[in-house]
Amino acid sequence: MHDSHDFKIPVGPQHPALKEPESFSLALKGEKIMGVDIRLGYNHRGIEKACEERSYIQDVYLIERICGICSHAHSTCFVQAVEEIAGLAVPRRALYIRTLVAELERIHSHLLWLGVAGHEIGFDTLLMYAWRDREIVMDILALLTGNRVNYGINTIGGVRRDIDADEIQQILKAMDTLEERTKYYIEVVTEETTIIERLAGVGVLSHDDALRLDAVGPTARASEVKRDVRSDDPYAAYGEIPFNVITDNHNDVYGRTVVRVKELMEAYQIIRFALKNLPEGPIEVKAPRKIPAGEAVSRYEAPRGENVHYVKANGTENPERVKVRAPTLANVQAVKHMLKDRFLADMSIVVAAIDPCFSCTDRLISIKNLDNADTKIINWEEIHSYGIKWYAERGVDFSDLNKRFAERMGNR
Amino acid sequence: MIRPGKMIAEVLASIFKKPATNLYPAEKLDMPKKFRGKLIFHPDRCIGCKLCMKDCPSGAITINKIGDKQFEAVVDLGRCIYCAQCVYSCLKKALETTDNVELAQLDSNKLKVSLNENSNNSVDKPAE
Repeated sequence: MHDSHDFKIPVGPQHPALKEPESFSLALKGEKIMGVDIRLGYNHRGIEKACEERSYIQDVYLIERICGICSHAHSTCFVQAVEEIAGLAVPRRALYIRTLVAELERIHSHLLWLGVAGHEIGFDTLLMYAWRDREIVMDILALLTGNRVNYGINTIGGVRRDIDADEIQQILKAMDTLEERTKYYIEVVTEETTIIERLAGVGVLSHDDALRLDAVGPTARASEVKRDVRSDDPYAAYGEIPFNVITDNHNDVYGRTVVRVKELMEAYQIIRFALKNLPEGPIEVKAPRKIPAGEAVSRYEAPRGENVHYVKANGTENPERVKVRAPTLANVQAVKHMLKDRFLADMSIVVAAIDPCFSCTDRLISIKNLDNADTKIINWEEIHSYGIKWYAERGVDFSDLNKRFAERMGNR
Repeated sequence: MIRPGKMIAEVLASIFKKPATNLYPAEKLDMPKKFRGKLIFHPDRCIGCKLCMKDCPSGAITINKIGDKQFEAVVDLGRCIYCAQCVYSCLKKALETTDNVELAQLDSNKLKVSLNENSNNSVDKPAE
């Protein structure tokens, strides 16, 4: 028999246990995982580059579509950076509405995660009930913004839609129902033996490792790292709203579940406070089309963790550079550590426990193969003509690609 | 109390509840008031400034001049991302959103529609 690793199992890029394309190559010895090789880059969409070719207002909608779950997180993070460069004073009412949508989004994301986690451990009853209750918050989001996902509420300089007294009443009513349901889920999570037995001690990430590997969001908070952008570097209206940063000392997947369900309770309190103290006034200030030259970094606590956007403006209508760091990129290193010396069967729940969003985090990667003498660096023009040639050999004509693209985008 | 089968009571109680899902298309949901569906166009208000074209994130809307101070709005429903930025950009409120979501077509050419044809009725029927 082999004395080192017995065999390697590739999980992904396409695999039933993963909802998005991502490659995990697991080196196994028996059932034990000896090492994990994670490779990104299967769903790179080139959004950062596309942003440079569109105006700021178009970018808000493009950035919003980075993620289908935390779309408000990305668009708020982007508009915050642009507003900082342009020096816009966003009205307080707009900041409160942003906070409100952000917390509603957190509720929907965490309930979604609870269902997914239930599904990954074979507890589909939890999936069905958590997702049924998630519909309540989805309906509220649709009522408030006009859509269930990709809310389109943000614009540069404020928000697009105001809320009225009738909507406030409906939100408060929904919060009461959801709070009652969440109390039930907390009871289920902390008292149901099958959940505790399956999740406790799985995917352990100690406090020191969480700090060392720069884990973010509920993954870090479950290892007692009190790290939350909402309280550390308040944005929107969080500086005026009292809330607790939930941490847990279980250090494992069970701890992450507890953190998330408890964060739901905090979210209801934040929403009630924001609605009660909603300031009067305008919801938007007029933003210039041309943003003055400058750069800004914006941070935002998305449901999955800290989201960072960098925007560089050069005085034109289009940004010069947009850079997005989604929370999953920060947590994916921790996954590698969590899987080491654990069992293969734990893999899907450990990966699911960081609430991964691979498409959001995906970026172009270059693999340096030092052994290969053919490795060379080529510039943009060369890769362009290489691409055209590669497709031409396979019978697809892309020689007029630039012209066709210009036609498709219209004469703007 | 820590015990297995914590959710059994909930599951059993649900047997006697009606389903949480809707029987679409037999039973249709009301769209929220702020919903962003298919656009309607008021040709009499349009001044042809083309701000909507400039701001459209997906290049879905085109304003064509069809006569003296007369404009036509053509929307590619397949490209439209229903963000309603054109509605916000319009200075003369010539564009409006409706709650029409049933826009599926079997022929992709039918997705490119001129909004002038239906400018009088707020919601037009999808092709049978």
